Amino acid sequence: MRSSTTRPPSTAERLLLGAIGLASFLGLWWGMSASGLVAKQFLPTPLDVLARTQYLLTEPFAGATLPEHLARSLERYAYGFLLAAGVGVPLGLLMGWFRWLDAMVTPVFDGLRFIAPIAWVPFAALWFGTGIGGPIMIIFSGAFPPCLINAYRGARFVDAKYIEAARMLGTGSLRTILEVLLPASFPAIVAGLRIGAGLGWQSLVGAELIVASAGVGYMMVQGQSNISTPTVVAGMVAIGLVGLVIDVFLRQIEAFVRHRRGLA
Amino acid sequence: MQTSRDWIGTATVASLLALWAVLTMVTGTIDTLRFPSPVQFWQSLKQIATTGYADGTLLSHSLHSLKLVIMGFTVAAAVGIPLGLLMGWSRRAEALINPVFLLVRPIPPLAWIPLAILWLGLGDAAKIMVIFFAAFVPSVINTFTGVRGIEPNVIEAARMLGTGRWRLAREVLVPAAAPMIFTGLRLSLQASWTTLVAAELVGALAGLGRVLNVAQQDIYPAMVMVGMAAVGAWGWATTRVLAVVEARAMPWLAVRA
Repeated sequence: MRSSTTRPPSTAERLLLGAIGLASFLGLWWGMSASGLVAKQFLPTPLDVLARTQYLLTEPFAGATLPEHLARSLERYAYGFLLAAGVGVPLGLLMGWFRWLDAMVTPVFDGLRFIAPIAWVPFAALWFGTGIGGPIMIIFSGAFPPCLINAYRGARFVDAKYIEAARMLGTGSLRTILEVLLPASFPAIVAGLRIGAGLGWQSLVGAELIVASAGVGYMMVQGQSNISTPTVVAGMVAIGLVGLVIDVFLRQIEAFVRHRRGLA
Repeated sequence: MQTSRDWIGTATVASLLALWAVLTMVTGTIDTLRFPSPVQFWQSLKQIATTGYADGTLLSHSLHSLKLVIMGFTVAAAVGIPLGLLMGWSRRAEALINPVFLLVRPIPPLAWIPLAILWLGLGDAAKIMVIFFAAFVPSVINTFTGVRGIEPNVIEAARMLGTGRWRLAREVLVPAAAPMIFTGLRLSLQASWTTLVAAELVGALAGLGRVLNVAQQDIYPAMVMVGMAAVGAWGWATTRVLAVVEARAMPWLAVRA
């Protein structure tokens, strides 16, 4: 086994091993449902899921087609995430600059942080209803902490000589924040936005499972109560794909920003 | 500086609590039907602690949730850490497992809940399965990253001295990767609580998520708040326990902290 350090596997070997891994995963899945070892009702074959996904693309289930459900989810997601970024990043920067604000907000933030975002769902439902307000609040509570923390840390760890230079030249607080702290902590902020985006998407799915009348999560719950396992798995695939696209997109932006800064 | 900072923090929290009391109980600006007053909160807390709510007392619901978190988390760590060690150690194992991992990983743990309910029903087994999926990924990834980050010199020195494979894993790989492993465990623990609460909100017979769910259906905001506070308190307490374990397990890092 330790030969792996003396001779690392070649690219061809890696690809082959990867293909074997994937094939055995899919083969196991397929074999278990096709052989009847697990009832097909509970474990559809990969093909069943594909066929169901195709069906859902054009035919409505739980009141809408899959793209329509996705569109509803993404709309809420966009509002919630923009709100989290719009409040979290400026607040984080301000906390990084004004020590008194830091001292005020930090204990409150730390106290609330341990409440899982999903635990806000019943409260959000009572306050803002289950249409758009409630889910937005849930996405906000999921995406907000990384936005705030990264902006704050980015601002706190800006090289002191830049701040001193700016102050020596008589720059005011607002201008220092906008023209020194914001650009200097930009890579940290973008990283925080990426983490927040992932957590926000997760929280949205959770919120839609519990309270919603449309969206992918709602579609999955309906699939679950109709014992339509292919619908549930198709929903999982759709959620995974959208999450992956969001992540890859933001990773590109992050890599671009870091590259511009000469950080990577 | 530290004292003035603490003082500002305490003053802020105190004034927020005072503001809460005044707005709900004195001026009535906030409708107590939607946002409970401190007194209502206290009464609900007393109610669930003594007579119980949603078929159990606060203690029994808490212990039920805690038990599931500990079980799911332990199984996930027991499978995830060795798998991460193996993938970090052997490039072949990584090449074999990683594609499957990449395929499953983008699916958020919460999205497994409907499938878990279909497969295992509303009982404890479904919750443990979902917690496992949530806690498994961070354990594997961080252990893997930790092993890959070990300086090759350290491993080579051990090998040159003729250290066997098992001893190398136990005395070199695990201690060197320990900080990353614990980072992974902390993330796993957080994910466990989030997923458990979500799973219990979707459907459960006992637990803190059920308290929240029943309170929402009864339109009982004070009890919702008690449930949230309990979730936060337990999340905090289990994180503290893990931090103590971490400090005990890695005494050599205490010098730095």
